[in-house]
Amino acid sequence: MSLDAMLQVAASGLLMGLIYALVAAGLSLIFGLMDVVNFAHGELMMIAMYAVFSLWQASGLDPFILLPLVAALLFGLGMAIYRLLIARALAVRFNKGMVQIFATFGLAIFIRGLAQMIFGGEFRSITGTWLGGRTWNLAGIYLPLPQLAASLVCLLAFAGLLLIGRTEFGRALEATREDREAVALIGIDRDRIFALGWGLGAATVGVAGVMLAGFYYVSPNVGANFALIAYVTVALGGFGSLLGALGAGLLIGEVEAITAQLLEPSLKQVGMFAIYLAVLMFRPRGLFGKI
Amino acid sequence: MNAITQRRRREAITAALLLAFLIALPLPIHDVYTRNLFIITLLFAGLAQSWNILGGLCGQISLGHSLYFGIGAYVSTLLFVGPHISPWLGMCAAFGTAGLLALLVGWPCFRLSGHYYAIATVVVQEIGYLLFLNWDWVGAASGVYIPFRGESWLGLQFRTAKLPYFYLTLAFATLTWLIAWWIEGSRLGYTFRAVKDDAIAARSLGVRIFPSKMAAAFISGGLTGMGGAIFAQYVGYIDPDSILSGPLSILIALPAVLGGVGTLWGPLLGAAVLIPLRELSSTFLGGSGSGVDLMLYGALIMVVALLRPQGLVSLFPRAKTEAAR
Repeated sequence: MSLDAMLQVAASGLLMGLIYALVAAGLSLIFGLMDVVNFAHGELMMIAMYAVFSLWQASGLDPFILLPLVAALLFGLGMAIYRLLIARALAVRFNKGMVQIFATFGLAIFIRGLAQMIFGGEFRSITGTWLGGRTWNLAGIYLPLPQLAASLVCLLAFAGLLLIGRTEFGRALEATREDREAVALIGIDRDRIFALGWGLGAATVGVAGVMLAGFYYVSPNVGANFALIAYVTVALGGFGSLLGALGAGLLIGEVEAITAQLLEPSLKQVGMFAIYLAVLMFRPRGLFGKI
Repeated sequence: MNAITQRRRREAITAALLLAFLIALPLPIHDVYTRNLFIITLLFAGLAQSWNILGGLCGQISLGHSLYFGIGAYVSTLLFVGPHISPWLGMCAAFGTAGLLALLVGWPCFRLSGHYYAIATVVVQEIGYLLFLNWDWVGAASGVYIPFRGESWLGLQFRTAKLPYFYLTLAFATLTWLIAWWIEGSRLGYTFRAVKDDAIAARSLGVRIFPSKMAAAFISGGLTGMGGAIFAQYVGYIDPDSILSGPLSILIALPAVLGGVGTLWGPLLGAAVLIPLRELSSTFLGGSGSGVDLMLYGALIMVVALLRPQGLVSLFPRAKTEAAR
């Protein structure tokens, strides 16, 4: 393989890896805060994709303009899911872990059915956007502009998440994560922090979904595959670690691109799954997880 | 006679009565659709009980059990299609292969705990799915057809009759129940409970954690593989999407979770509620691809998980005390 081809593979891995990282960041944030794995995470992304698709169809506005609106929508949805479902799941006294897994899993199936009912099973895609179909030739390496924009937005979203971590709210998040019983003593409303955490996690995956919709088809099942990659990314990076999600997302994107190049494209996920299992042998709590 | 022996005797008597009822159940019902519903329900009752041995009794939540189901189905099917080996032997081979595979998966994965373990099982199953999907020798994505070689019990093939498959799946469900019942009362059951409740305390008392988990994995994975072999022979066609997929893994675990994890009757009860509901809603509501059946299915899972965290068995007061034990 020539050097150009190798750089091309590395570049496409990098672009996809940043998307994976942002999808995983929302999952990791929620898990770190309250030990809940959201098995409907991919479906939240799917909702964001359908939301931007419908808004684009209705208004003709570019997904870029719709991004803040959809992110806000997802923020509200995340808070609603916490209040209506997760708060109840946290309150049960028996089989806590199992109840959380299956309550969010039931939600995932419900959302998939809802999408099927409203939009049908066909693949849909957004066309005619500002960046659609254009590429940037960087010294012989072709970078599709929608993907390049998506990965830049992902980087910005990561920067935003890190900045939020330095605000009063971010410190309350961190304190709640450290000791969720003790924060009540210093006047932090745990329930409110959890709800905001869910809103933030959902908005994060919403941003990823909107940017993904610029170059990827939408269907009721689109979330499932991305969600599996997100679980692998989060477990590889270490649950609850934001930088872990970023690093692991990039690694997974690269491994996927390289596997698709060396083996068949249909086997591209085998490589990342194998790397994940191999790493867990030596770091059972992920690359950046607390031992 | 102490309380435990008494309870176990009561469980055995209940099971015998239930079995007698189930043996008679299909005789007055000749409707093919209903008999098929019974067969699928019993199959999943057995699968959920197999899952329950690892997930419920030993507390290791595997979300990748369709791997063992799929391997079992492939092993017995390939033995039948190629060298004409009877599915009865195929079932034994399926048990052995799937059990060994579960050991192979358990060896690295049992070092992980909690969510890390659950996700690792999904990933291993997904690797298996992708490999079989691309492996031409086993039919890749187009799967394997099981040729019809005449009606016989030896070949477990019947042109139209459903009754033999009903008794086959009933035997499978009974076998898994008996094994779970036996484990509960044996030394193995005590070590499983110790591992589930508090692994660190158990280790300090000299319980060997890792071998206990491996034993649970072997039995659970092997029985699931056996179920896969039965399913393949019943349906006559297998492909990775129908026997080795993520949704199937969940469907194997779900009856146990809804019915009552770690209980003897939970998987049975969960399957009796969930499987007919799922089949009926997809027949009557899902035909047009409307998604209403999925919404109903998802809503049911959420409602039961939130309202009955101990599972549906907790609706029965006597079973409740046993579930809370």
